[in-house]
Amino acid sequence: MTPRIRIAAFVLGALALLALAAPWITPWSHEALDWEHLAAPPQLEASHWFGTDRLGRDLFARGMQAMRVSLALGLLATLVSVGIGVAWGATAGYLGGRVDAAMMRLVDIVYALPYVFIVIILSTLFPRGSLAALFIAIGAVGWLTMARIVRGQTLGLRNREFVAAAIAGGASTPAILWRHIFPNVIGAVIAYATLTIPQVILFESFLSFLGLGVQEPYASLGSLINEGAQEMESSPWMLLVPATLLTLLLIAFNSLGDGLRRRLAPGDD
Amino acid sequence: MLAYALRRIVGLVPTLFVLVTLSFFVIRLAPGGPFDQEQTLPPAIRANLDAAYGLDQPLLVQYGRYLAGLAQGDLGPSFRFKDFRVTELIASGLPLSLTIGLAAAVLAFLAGVPLGAWAAWRAHSRAARTLMGLSMLGVVLPAFVVGPLLALVFGIYWPIFRVGGYVPGDPAYLVLPVITLALPVAAYVARLTRDSMREVLRSNFIRTARAKGLGAGAILWRHALRPALIPVVSYLGPAVAFIVTGSLVVESVFGLPGSGRYLVQAAIDRDYTLVMGMILVYGVFTLVCNLVADLAYGWLDPRVRLE
Repeated sequence: MTPRIRIAAFVLGALALLALAAPWITPWSHEALDWEHLAAPPQLEASHWFGTDRLGRDLFARGMQAMRVSLALGLLATLVSVGIGVAWGATAGYLGGRVDAAMMRLVDIVYALPYVFIVIILSTLFPRGSLAALFIAIGAVGWLTMARIVRGQTLGLRNREFVAAAIAGGASTPAILWRHIFPNVIGAVIAYATLTIPQVILFESFLSFLGLGVQEPYASLGSLINEGAQEMESSPWMLLVPATLLTLLLIAFNSLGDGLRRRLAPGDD
Repeated sequence: MLAYALRRIVGLVPTLFVLVTLSFFVIRLAPGGPFDQEQTLPPAIRANLDAAYGLDQPLLVQYGRYLAGLAQGDLGPSFRFKDFRVTELIASGLPLSLTIGLAAAVLAFLAGVPLGAWAAWRAHSRAARTLMGLSMLGVVLPAFVVGPLLALVFGIYWPIFRVGGYVPGDPAYLVLPVITLALPVAAYVARLTRDSMREVLRSNFIRTARAKGLGAGAILWRHALRPALIPVVSYLGPAVAFIVTGSLVVESVFGLPGSGRYLVQAAIDRDYTLVMGMILVYGVFTLVCNLVADLAYGWLDPRVRLE
């Protein structure tokens, strides 16, 4: 464990714990209006540690609620995209030939489009703010990188002796993929999955920033940043609080993922 | 090389077709239409509107008509901006968007490559390590965080650039948007250049160059740069996608009348033709940039062409 991985894991753990425990820490809920303190700067007296927004809602409570959304969505959508990506990549890499070419051609085509378009189009399919929509839209683009990486790894594994031995032993293709290929790519998968989480969090915040993601009364770090950017002249904390939270989350996940990648998938740079 | 280029250009056609077809049908699947409002229109007027825009035809007929128009360079009428063709709307904002995007791309590569090369040359110095640490920040932070923060610091607290209320032709309004767009790309390019440059600097021909007594500048510029640029050039395509994405945000954060601002509103309004037009224009742009990157790649590394 390098110090970098340890620090990143610690920061993430602390943030996640804080986000989960927030309802018991602060007396304010994410939607309670405090008429006494509209657009109030951070202060201790009324327990508005991060200040309030224009409607008098506590920014600590809203920020922590937004982090819960980000973390939950980040983990779930990553799981979905990892599942699709690993299955797709391993199948393409193992079968090779025309199947591989066709499968990866599709990945290339989708990859060539800016993901924003795909996500925006997909997000119009669902009622605004439905988390399922966000999920599918994000999962639909998230699996591409994973498919490429797993395919690359599988190509390298396919001609190894132990695979030949399994074939000679009469193992079926799905069995070989499951028993012999997957265990060998799992390191790279874990490392890149950790790097997928911040991307998912970024997607979600980006969509919410544009107004296509999480809707009122719930907050997303992206929608908080959008609101804050409009008020930054008079109340800069409204921008600085969510921007700092998002930055911390992204840096911690990226550091962790980068550190894991160097340990678990060396030579893949 | 020419045959390789031609093959790649022909390869764009199916990709474009998939793009048009997918986006056409997916956006039609979305619930609601361009003329659904809170107040329902009288049926006769509604029927008239649908007929005028061809929405009363079967979907396949509409698709055929759209393709036919497309073949003549017509993206159809906008459903929401009455009396405007989509081509006109996009053409009015595109020059500004392209200016910002291109300036950002040039800035990113001009700043990123030398910084990365320098960080590779002095890999163990504290300054280079600090720089690379900072570049992580640049890679990670999205435009919608960087943009407002830059606007806050350099537009309000320390007003050296202008923010909001765009005056056409005044570059003081464009500096912060361009920096916002360029920052993540520059940071990523710097990291890529450093990594590949370190690899190159370890190879035998560099040792020979050093042994001949060449200076740092000559080694880096004449010998190491071209091979070290290969991964950087292949990043060109994704970089353009990054900048296109960022321009959506940057135009709304800095209140610039580019074409990016249409996309989101059009998607919400179900302005089918405008959404399609935006996707096509930006999609083609991205595909062409990917192609240019691939061709440059083939030129830098001849082995690629043979595949």
